[in-house]
Amino acid sequence: MIAFNRYYNQFNILSIALVVLSLLFLVFKGLNFGIDFKGGTLIELRSVDNKINVSSLRDNLNQMNLGDISVKNFGNETDFLIKFENNNNKNVIEEIKINLEKSFGNNFNFRRIENVGPKVSAELLKSGVIAISVALAMMLIYIWIRFEWQFSFGAILALFHDVIVTLGLFSLLGLEINLSIIAAVLTIVGYSMNDTVVIYDRVRENLKKYSDIKIFELTNISINETLSRTLITSITTLLALLSIFFFGGEILKGFSLAMIFGVVFGTYSSIYIANTVLVRLNVSQKTILKEEDKN
Amino acid sequence: MLYFSKLRIFFIFLITLFFIVFASSNLFKLSNDLLKKKINLGLDLQGGSYLLLEIDNTPVIEQKLQNLTITIRNYFKEKNIRIKNLKLIDQKLSFSVEEKFKEKIIETFTDKESDLNPYYQRFKSHQLDIVEENDIFFINFSKQGIVELKISSQDQALEIVRRRIDEIGTNEPNILKRGNDRILVELPGLDDPMRIKSLLGKTANLTFRFITNNTEDSFGAEKLKYEDNDEEEVVSKRIILSGDNLLDAQPRMNNETNETVVSFTLDRVGAKRFGKATSTGIGKQLAIVLDGKIISAPVIRDTIASGSGQISGGFTFQSATDLALLLRSGALPAPLNIVEERTVGPDLGQDSIDAGMIALVIGFVLVIVFIFVKYKIFGLITNVALIINLFLLVGILTIFEATLTLPGIAGIILTVGMAVDANVLIFERIKEELNNEKNNLIAFDSGYTKSKTAILDANITTLLAAIILFFMGSGPIKGFSLTLGIGIFTTLFSVYFIARLLTVLYVSKNKEKEGLI
Repeated sequence: MIAFNRYYNQFNILSIALVVLSLLFLVFKGLNFGIDFKGGTLIELRSVDNKINVSSLRDNLNQMNLGDISVKNFGNETDFLIKFENNNNKNVIEEIKINLEKSFGNNFNFRRIENVGPKVSAELLKSGVIAISVALAMMLIYIWIRFEWQFSFGAILALFHDVIVTLGLFSLLGLEINLSIIAAVLTIVGYSMNDTVVIYDRVRENLKKYSDIKIFELTNISINETLSRTLITSITTLLALLSIFFFGGEILKGFSLAMIFGVVFGTYSSIYIANTVLVRLNVSQKTILKEEDKN
Repeated sequence: MLYFSKLRIFFIFLITLFFIVFASSNLFKLSNDLLKKKINLGLDLQGGSYLLLEIDNTPVIEQKLQNLTITIRNYFKEKNIRIKNLKLIDQKLSFSVEEKFKEKIIETFTDKESDLNPYYQRFKSHQLDIVEENDIFFINFSKQGIVELKISSQDQALEIVRRRIDEIGTNEPNILKRGNDRILVELPGLDDPMRIKSLLGKTANLTFRFITNNTEDSFGAEKLKYEDNDEEEVVSKRIILSGDNLLDAQPRMNNETNETVVSFTLDRVGAKRFGKATSTGIGKQLAIVLDGKIISAPVIRDTIASGSGQISGGFTFQSATDLALLLRSGALPAPLNIVEERTVGPDLGQDSIDAGMIALVIGFVLVIVFIFVKYKIFGLITNVALIINLFLLVGILTIFEATLTLPGIAGIILTVGMAVDANVLIFERIKEELNNEKNNLIAFDSGYTKSKTAILDANITTLLAAIILFFMGSGPIKGFSLTLGIGIFTTLFSVYFIARLLTVLYVSKNKEKEGLI
């Protein structure tokens, strides 16, 4: 048996530090919102001519006065991603096409064009925030129905930890937040909850079985009993996600990366946050028996 | 938990077969109607354009209030009430009357039978709100009046958008209402929406009006610019003909001038009016005005009674074709703005499909190998269930002809990764049970029973997340929540029916064997 409980304090301090750091990053550095949430135009280009590079493309587009424009390689040397805030210049895409053709010849393939107006992006951001809030609320309600309040508190704390730290990491690395990241965060919420519930299920079962074991020991027993399942499921999920990350194409990179972070944090938090909350709230056999008496 | 009746096995077999057949129908071209069903590919996979159009209702409201000024004046004139200082400022009508008529005015506007101010029974609201402030009446649209107006202009705009897109003849366009002032257009297979965008961007409000030198024209006059240069003309506000009077419009080559023109045919009313106007107006210039710009202003040389004519204006064949198309399909009630556009080229779509499939196969193989190494014979059982799970998932998507997006493929891959969780929970539990229980059958049975709540909890939480995503998400994200959500049901089926059945068959043959798992 691994003595997970020996490090409860250390990891709690680590988690608090991570959450505080993440919040600091979120407040002071902020998130790198993509055009879905900020509005603007995105163009994915593929050039047939491999002499064309990012800087020549950037120089050329800078002459068009499109404002703050970002030009990057996207996945490989001949694919480019161009992003800029589009201030109501409606036919800008056509202008860019003409301009690029004039300077580089007919060497481009416009693979993807996205244009999101300010009103729509504001709505998308709002509905994203609502979706995550509703998801957290639903999880809270679900676990509240299934378990005692101490358990729900622990699970929700673990969820917040995972979401905040994942977003914090996105802020730190300056990774783009777009619609698919919202999907990833929601899936992380589901996954983290799932992991926590499996361990909690065992904790509750053990609480009924042993009246003489303290919660500090009991959580450790429960973690160990469910450990191989926790690891195997995390591994298979990570295998699937790594496969998406490496082979699923550029568009899914951000999504799968967010999920990979989320699965790692989710696994960690269901061991070190969800359980330590039970220890700190001094949950005992009485806690669950009291609830059952009431019913 | 270990007993399966023959009937049950039969049904499990049947259901599995049923879905496998449907799932495979995606791979073949079958003529059978039932088996012709296929998963739809989202725009991000097959390539195409997604346009969200917003109707700008401001001019409509403006116009309605403008018309209302005339109506109000005439209405009260008949009743011998003099309306003073009738003005339209900031989408608000204001006027005043003599003190003794005030009550009558209020009464007219708040009467539920009012001709001037329709009452919507089901909303319990009038179309217009009236307030009196410092002896001045203010009239504007009520909240419900605006909603009604938006809905009606949305209906009209939808129809016109549909006609314009149908005229171009794109593949299975999808045109839907969104809210009460937006229209969603999905155009599969279209990789350059430039033409459609420019066609939808035009209101196509066509009028024929005389050019007048007299700014005191009784109908009023306005200065308008030409389409192709900055010259201005004073054009009467009296409308001789409008686009509504057109029966047909076609691009033509004028043989005499060698110019591309748009020839049009008028309806009966239009032909009559056109004949009259051209006979009384010989020598005058008739301006052809499209969306507030003069296309051309030919001098009338002869009476045109045939009800047909030509518009010239330095068109290319393309621009003449587009104008003819716009005229045929009619004018939009209000201008449309494109507030969101997402276009994916067909080769990126194909690349995404390829990448998604490679990721799926690799992810699948990795998971299968890992599980087999970990659980041996039971790993094999889990893997069989996993493969059937995948068929079920694809089969269900096919039956509902659901739309598969790139995030949707990610959802399927993720399902593969998470689906083994239930079997892992069960097998780990059985291992624990075997520590205390020597009888294989009993240990397996209680392993299944005791892991049930954890499995349900785990899947319900994921399902909740998927449901929220489905209702809150848009487009591709919906595709992700769909595959993730359906994946949960197929996972439970494959775990509790397929994997359990195979486990039972194996265990009952090896009752006495030790270290079974």
